[in-house]
Amino acid sequence: MADQALHAQPASTDGQTRRDFLLYATTAVGVVGTGLALWPFVHSMNPAADTLALSTTNVDLGAIQPGQSVTVVWRGKPVFVRRRTPDEIATATKDDGAELRDPSKDADRVKKPEWLIVVGVCTHLGCVPLGQKPADPKGEFGGWFCPCHGSHYDTSGRIRKGPAPANLPVPPYEFTSDTTIRIG
Amino acid sequence: MSGFKTDNKVIAWFDERLPIFSMLQHSAVEYPTPKNLNYWWNFGSLAGLVMVIMIMTGIFLVMNYTPHTTLAFDSVERIMRDVNYGWLLRYVHMNGASMFFILVYIHMFRGLYYGSYKSPREVLWWLGVIILLVMMATAFMGYVLVWGQMSFWGATVITNLFSAFPIVGEAIVTWLWGGFSVDNPTLNRFFSLHYLMPFVLFAVVFLHVWALHTSKSNNPLGIDVKSPQDTIPFHPYYTIKDLFGVGVFMVFFLYFVFFAPNFFGEPDNYIPANPMVTPPHIVPEWYFLPFYAILRAFTQDILFIPAKLQGVIAMFAAIIVLFFLPWLDGSKVRSATFRPLYKQFFWLFLADCVVLGYVGGKPAEGVLITIGQLATAYYFFHFLVLLPILARIEKPKPLPASISAPVLKGGGMAAGATAQPMEKA
Amino acid sequence: MRKLILTVAAAVLVAGAAPAAQASGGSVELLKTDFSWDGLFGRYDRAALKRGYQVFHEVCSNCHGLRLVAYRNLAYVGLNEDQIKEVAAEREVQDGPNDEGQMFMRAGRAADKFISPFANDNAARAANNGALPPDLSLINKARPNGPHYVYSLLQGYEETAPEGHALPEGMYYNKYFPGHNIGMVPPIADDSVTYADGTKATQQQIAHDVVTFLNWAAEPELDDRKSMGLKTLIFLLVLTGLMYALKRQIWKDVH
Repeated sequence: MADQALHAQPASTDGQTRRDFLLYATTAVGVVGTGLALWPFVHSMNPAADTLALSTTNVDLGAIQPGQSVTVVWRGKPVFVRRRTPDEIATATKDDGAELRDPSKDADRVKKPEWLIVVGVCTHLGCVPLGQKPADPKGEFGGWFCPCHGSHYDTSGRIRKGPAPANLPVPPYEFTSDTTIRIG
Repeated sequence: MSGFKTDNKVIAWFDERLPIFSMLQHSAVEYPTPKNLNYWWNFGSLAGLVMVIMIMTGIFLVMNYTPHTTLAFDSVERIMRDVNYGWLLRYVHMNGASMFFILVYIHMFRGLYYGSYKSPREVLWWLGVIILLVMMATAFMGYVLVWGQMSFWGATVITNLFSAFPIVGEAIVTWLWGGFSVDNPTLNRFFSLHYLMPFVLFAVVFLHVWALHTSKSNNPLGIDVKSPQDTIPFHPYYTIKDLFGVGVFMVFFLYFVFFAPNFFGEPDNYIPANPMVTPPHIVPEWYFLPFYAILRAFTQDILFIPAKLQGVIAMFAAIIVLFFLPWLDGSKVRSATFRPLYKQFFWLFLADCVVLGYVGGKPAEGVLITIGQLATAYYFFHFLVLLPILARIEKPKPLPASISAPVLKGGGMAAGATAQPMEKA
Repeated sequence: MRKLILTVAAAVLVAGAAPAAQASGGSVELLKTDFSWDGLFGRYDRAALKRGYQVFHEVCSNCHGLRLVAYRNLAYVGLNEDQIKEVAAEREVQDGPNDEGQMFMRAGRAADKFISPFANDNAARAANNGALPPDLSLINKARPNGPHYVYSLLQGYEETAPEGHALPEGMYYNKYFPGHNIGMVPPIADDSVTYADGTKATQQQIAHDVVTFLNWAAEPELDDRKSMGLKTLIFLLVLTGLMYALKRQIWKDVH
């Protein structure tokens, strides 16, 4: 296309080669440059430094009684912290052998069996499941129930029934003392 | 639009239904362009490029900007400090505004020198003046968004211009503000309009280019294209020439962005807006300085017209007069190359504008007031008196027979000069 | 082509002359000094940055805020994670409401912005004899020739005002301050800090170091900006050279 205007010319082969080379070199460098110039635009939409800095949450577990749950905010999402009763722990470990859509052992999902910490976002399409408040429906498996499309989670936060494809994810966290954790 | 042919069936199918490829072929590839355009003809496409850069950086800046008096300043600083490459986007946008005006002013003075506003390009010229007006409004409102001291006081001073109009003035200003001072409602509407205007600008630029492709490019000789010998296809000749210009310009532009990003700015705008304290020297951005000087040049009430109103009228008139330029300059010869007298006065006028800009940036005191008044008088004298007179008394030099004529006379007569257009014909 | 470049350069000079001229509008010429971040290859001197932080922390921060800078940013100055936490925890900030609905005070965290010494401007004025100590986050950008201005101001105190200059009660005479009457107590003198790295703390040294820190506070992106700028300009010069060669090739048959 670039050289159509000069086709009529009796251009020497040498000149033609030199021009083709220049054209390709310039185009290549120009395309690379344009690509690099677009990166700052794209990257500006990634989380900013202050957003990243705020992505840890400290939770005081001291006041939570067995069988109770609290919801804390981490990265703008709800995180479910449940202090499980011995019964709930037993059910969860017993079901390790059940038929699971997303197989995972209960022991791999907790650091201390008493404390279950999962991101409270349904893995189907992002609704927040019910089951944190005493009066909430907890689903057929005693964990959580997502009202949007009817997914049931068990007492280990594993998907047991409904359209969701995966278990409630466990966020990265660590015990900073016996009664406090840091999420993130 | 007949020249487009392709072997690609899909493209052919599409083009039959929406002739976008034919249009490109017609207006960006084959488009016959005078072959003698010099580098001053690069500035139009450069201005177009900066417009695109401004819209792009602007859209991405908005993603992190908050238009509220309590948050605007800090949200800009967050962009500078925390957003990935936010400082780059913001400095490009900030310096891009200055670049846009540099390019457009050069583009306009090129038009003045080579008579590009004359028949048949009057509408093309009008559209250009409208572009300038839209740019000014956009730049002014954008500057306010930062909500620094200069933003706030610039907004206060400029909106107060409208209070000069008798009877309705005060009501207009209150309406512009959405309150009794520049405040949150003002900031919000400026933000809305600052986002809207660039798209208006884009539309007017489209019309500008359409008008250009209808009346065709002027050229340094200012004479009409007489035969295919006088033109070359836009691509590849002017695409590569424009691209080379882009490279040179980007070096200039990015030097400021990376190494002197606040060169065109005012330190006071890094102080958050404070409605209780006016900075000692308020100056507008440099590209408004000549008009600012005209605004301040009027200090005496004349009859029933207060000085304030005179200044406001004169400032607007300084741009409005450009609409009448094609008729004020009655000379049939376009290019200053062949107008010995006009050429002198062109440079004098350019110098006058520079003087106005200088005066506009200084405190109004002492001899500068008089200089500003004389320069203002000369500005209007140039358009309203000098140009009509020159058209009558000036004896232009003889024009060349055609664009390719001087080359042929020069004896160079290279094969290319004739081979080229033959192929076009 | 040369004419074109000259004209563009002239246009820029004219454009820049106005603000630049204004910038030097102060009646006194500022002290001369070189800063490590000047010029194309300029970068922050990390040792000076750390010393400057020490000065800010021990002296300036008693009255001045730095509200746009976060404690976590101090990693760039050379503080480690524990030191940052320690500094952040020195002041308290209001948070809440808690489960009982009460607002409460908690120690600062690394993710917080610098907590200002006074709750608001009125409190700052009340504590400072009616004068408002400005926030220093942007001071180097918010004054004409900022770095040199702050550098000079810090060293511009005179014991007694020149004859004929009426100095109001509770004010100090400073050569470089607009109007010369400044409310700030002379903040630094020789040895008013003891540097951790053993550098001799002359008044000049202290001023230079703290100006370095304040410039970083105002332009934390400067190091990145300049190194990216060099790469970008070199790349563009190569690309422009190629385009020029291609342009000559394409145009060589047009006369």
